[in-house]
Amino acid sequence: MRNVSKVFSNGTLALKDMSLDVERGEFLSLLGPSGCGKSTALRIIAGLGSASTGSIDWPSSQINSKGLPQGDIGFVFQEPTLMPWQTVFGNVYLPLRLTRVSKAEARPRIMEMLASVGLADFADAYPRELSGGMKMRVSIARALVTKPKLLLMDEPFAALDEITRQKLNDDVLRLWKLSGVTVIFVTHSVFESVYLSNRIVVMKARPGQVFADLPLDNSGERTAEYRTSEAYRAATHEVSTALHDAIHAGGGTH
Amino acid sequence: MSAVQQAGPGTSDEAGTDSAVAIVAPRTSSTEKVMRIVVPVTMLLLAIVAWHFTVVLNNIPKYILPTPADVVLSLWNDWPTLLPALMVTLRITVTALTLALIGGVAMAILLVQSKWIELALFPYAVILQVTPVIAIAPLLLIYVHDTQSVLLIIAFLVAFFPILSNMVAGLKSVDHNLLNLYDLYGASRWQTLIYLKLPAALPYFMAGLRIAGGLALIAAVVAEFAAGTAGQGSGLAFRLLEAQYRLNIPRLFAALILLTSTGIAIFGITSFIAWFSLHRWHESAIRREN
Repeated sequence: MRNVSKVFSNGTLALKDMSLDVERGEFLSLLGPSGCGKSTALRIIAGLGSASTGSIDWPSSQINSKGLPQGDIGFVFQEPTLMPWQTVFGNVYLPLRLTRVSKAEARPRIMEMLASVGLADFADAYPRELSGGMKMRVSIARALVTKPKLLLMDEPFAALDEITRQKLNDDVLRLWKLSGVTVIFVTHSVFESVYLSNRIVVMKARPGQVFADLPLDNSGERTAEYRTSEAYRAATHEVSTALHDAIHAGGGTH
Repeated sequence: MSAVQQAGPGTSDEAGTDSAVAIVAPRTSSTEKVMRIVVPVTMLLLAIVAWHFTVVLNNIPKYILPTPADVVLSLWNDWPTLLPALMVTLRITVTALTLALIGGVAMAILLVQSKWIELALFPYAVILQVTPVIAIAPLLLIYVHDTQSVLLIIAFLVAFFPILSNMVAGLKSVDHNLLNLYDLYGASRWQTLIYLKLPAALPYFMAGLRIAGGLALIAAVVAEFAAGTAGQGSGLAFRLLEAQYRLNIPRLFAALILLTSTGIAIFGITSFIAWFSLHRWHESAIRREN
């Protein structure tokens, strides 16, 4: 999937002439100060808000009536966004249910998906019985159960504690490698973006624009050691500097 | 574990302390279970005994305040008169509540379909709600010749609004991100309603149901006072008034007891329905230790 040139701007000018190509199989982080429009950009890509001007091209995908690639997008929100009246199984079944896949047909796929996020034993549990991290895993499983080509994540771990967050970062990386899905990951954490991505797009605010586009050397394994390595430190420094410049380039009002 | 044991050197026998706690805990909870029934029942019996002796010791005549025994006797003797009346009131209450459930839910679904429909209809809903419905009984009596139907209409109107307003609130309370998610997967209007909006509104519906259940009975009684039914085929409210005119106070009390029992039954049934449908997932129906 190559997502060529989307140019948009709206009344409050949340985004101005933002262009971005995303390569297939990339793990791209959108990083920037709050209010820079990174979530807005993500929602426009998902078709949850329309661009005032500009367009999104989806090569190699079937486009539905809404101009979106049918069944090719998974979305993970800031909150787990689960239906409390449905079990874990029912929540992960939702995307398939809406496209009229029978429960019997969906079951093996759902169970496999739950196993891959370590929740196979919790299929019949209700969301209220789960911890914050487990709920987020359900949310990720739900986003991936349709085997999407593109996974959009909107600051998914912002509300979680550091330990849970690191664990989930590793899970996301594992699932990304396993499925080959393209990921666009919105975050405001430099450390998280460096740990996860092979490309970081830094945005500036007022108006939201791409400030810097930093490819990362992704040859090193992302392990606990990586967090303390020289390569990680150098990359973090580079991204922090870019973010710092982006904040000062943006509007001047904070 | 070892840290805990070291922390309490004063208690030489930890195992003993633990087991003592383990034995005491269930005993406390079963005692509490029994007391939960014993305390209110004892209180009720005491109140009845106090009532009895107040009447006997003060020589209060039966047509002012009967003894509990007189009331029970009247309940027994007048059963052939009271039972048909009870059935009439029950039928009106249950029919009105059922119609209000269907109408309220349907109207709520209609209202949230579009901003324009809501704009057009909601003012009328509010006007009808703030008008004391009982005040339109005289008017209804002109237009509708069957008194029973008038009672039914009034009880329906009274029970309708809690369901409607709760349902509208519920249908609008759906998590915005979940709506986005349904959009993302191309869900139809119907799928969003069935899988998302209706389940999300269920707790609100249940709150509305409990309010409407109680109001339907009150409205069925008050409407009968206002409409002034008489003779055959009238409900408990008429029997209440009739007993008062005839100074048959024990029967008045008996009719009152039947109305109270009906109210308790409606409350119990609607509460059970609410608990049964929500207990697996909703906060309002989950027992908490803390």
